[in-house]
Amino acid sequence: MKGLSEVLKNSDNVINGVAAAPGIVIGKVHLYHRELISVDNQDIEDVDEAIDSFREAIVKAKKELSKIFELARQKMGEARAEIFSAQMMILDDPVLIGTIEDRIRKEKKLPEYIVNDEISKFQDLMVVAEEFYLKERALDIGDIKNRIIRNVQKKRLISKITPGVIVVSESLTPADTILFSKSEVKAFVTDRGGLTSHTAIVARSLDIPAVVGTHDATHTINQGDLIIVDGFNGHVFVNPNESQLKFFNEKITLMLQINEEMKDLVNKPCQTLDGHDVSVFANLDVTEEISHVVANKAHGIGLYRTEQIIEELGELPDENEQYQIYSKLASKIYPRTITIRAFDIGGDKVKIWEFKEANPFLGLRGIRFLLENEPIFMKQIKAILRANIHHNVHFMIPMISTVKEVLKVKQLIKVASDELNVEKYPHSKSIKLGIMIEVPSAALMVKELAKEVDFLSIGTNDLIQYIMAVDRGNDTVSNLYQEFHPAILRTLHHIITEAALQNKPVSICGEMAADNQAVPLLVGLGFTSLSVSPSAMLPIKRTIRSLSFEAAKVLAEKCLACDNEDDVIKHVSEFFENQHIPRTRTIL
Amino acid sequence: MIEKTVEILSPQGLHTRPAAMIVKLAAKYKAELYLSKDGLRINGKSIIGVMTLVAAHGTFLTLEFEGEDEAELANDILDFFNRGFDEI
Repeated sequence: MKGLSEVLKNSDNVINGVAAAPGIVIGKVHLYHRELISVDNQDIEDVDEAIDSFREAIVKAKKELSKIFELARQKMGEARAEIFSAQMMILDDPVLIGTIEDRIRKEKKLPEYIVNDEISKFQDLMVVAEEFYLKERALDIGDIKNRIIRNVQKKRLISKITPGVIVVSESLTPADTILFSKSEVKAFVTDRGGLTSHTAIVARSLDIPAVVGTHDATHTINQGDLIIVDGFNGHVFVNPNESQLKFFNEKITLMLQINEEMKDLVNKPCQTLDGHDVSVFANLDVTEEISHVVANKAHGIGLYRTEQIIEELGELPDENEQYQIYSKLASKIYPRTITIRAFDIGGDKVKIWEFKEANPFLGLRGIRFLLENEPIFMKQIKAILRANIHHNVHFMIPMISTVKEVLKVKQLIKVASDELNVEKYPHSKSIKLGIMIEVPSAALMVKELAKEVDFLSIGTNDLIQYIMAVDRGNDTVSNLYQEFHPAILRTLHHIITEAALQNKPVSICGEMAADNQAVPLLVGLGFTSLSVSPSAMLPIKRTIRSLSFEAAKVLAEKCLACDNEDDVIKHVSEFFENQHIPRTRTIL
Repeated sequence: MIEKTVEILSPQGLHTRPAAMIVKLAAKYKAELYLSKDGLRINGKSIIGVMTLVAAHGTFLTLEFEGEDEAELANDILDFFNRGFDEI
């Protein structure tokens, strides 16, 4: 079976976006244009009639919204439904309602004109705000404004669509998303939005695949088109050709088949056919994934990417905010562990300040940034020490390239603990400290680095990129991004051998760990701990359970001796055939 | 009229839940409540208004209470702020 990258390479009908909710779906498009609300500033004669129709509109809007609220509660639970409660309160806002009625009386204009003018004022105040959550709030307020105006104009709510379509829209409000889910919408595709937008959160909690932030899907896709939505990888294929349909249909069949098997898998031990244990941890991007992680019995959280908090809030969280988030996660996963990675800012990741660097990937990122901005780093260290009162939090440092950086971090942890003592905050004085191995110098110096820390974790994406000296976002050279190249395998072999001599555990948390095809190699090389995205956890476990450790060791030996990637891939393919492992290259 | 300056003690700042609580408390009294920050003055009985206020942890707001039961209103509201919106 071909890989996704090959399919992508040969496709000119792909729209890329953010993978907001997992799943693969093929279906007909329902292009949804939000009704454009137009209001005239027409003068009116009968003020009382205008006020009556405004009041009536409020009553109807309340009815609509309470239906949505109820639906949200049933489908998403009390806590998630909260995003609609603010809208409900606005419809009861005595000051707002009073002001609007006064203005209708005084200005003698159509009620919809006044409603639009008055509510837009508040919306504009929020839109200019830097805070991300206020922008979301502004969208919510816009939604309630349009709801009132539509009702004043006595237009019906159009939420009924043919069941089983894929909704493609410029943007969707959480209310739209909830209502559409009633019509068994198969997937959502939107031009706007990110991983943490309300729509993405709603889609994830409803388990409906979604790709958001495509910029121009609504211009490229037409009503009635057939599309494939890949919510795992953030791709949309418009009017797919035979081979694309074949590829994704196979994927879907596989997915369904795996889902069935998965149900049984959850409670089974994660070990090879010959009884060799491998632990599968989850990488966590957004906090709501935690319930999925707990339900699927992950060995713990192998990587929590804290820079996502900055993305979500639109600003740096302070010590207390961080403490709340970390301790909530730590208690949810307890007694298992969570590895919290320090902010990995820079490179292609979240940027808070606009540095102009000629080579951002070779610049101020990861630990380099944190040591340059000590106050930010100190707040994070303190929040993490405070969250570790039950000793199930591990702390991991990204982009380490020298031993000196590690020594500095250890010193800062000591200072942070002393400060917390003075401030009388309960905290743990020590914490298991680990580093990411993703820079070649760190890979070469594993022996010395391992002596200074408690654990190591390999970030394969960056490591491959730095070892092969290739920017995988650059199409002209991306074929050199070869995760199966012997140079990579030999580096991994060196890391795990050296770390074992120091008695320090090593895990893999890059995308390679989530590639089913790579699993036999990694297990054969001796890795016993893989950390993968929540949706890849069970498929990886399935592969582990269907291979023999002894055979995997032989495979790894063979591949280490190769001199090019093609031969490695050939050996791996043969291995899958000989061991009768379902050949599933990057299922998800 | 009573005027007081208060600090936001809750780590999450003035988000939707405390905003709603402030409005609910204010609704119990006849006196008016106004919250100001950076030249923006908001009626404390209006949820849409209070939601517009950007007030993160550590920022200061000026509160005005005016009307016959202003002392009781001030008491209730200031207490809520001092408790860090019951989030600390």
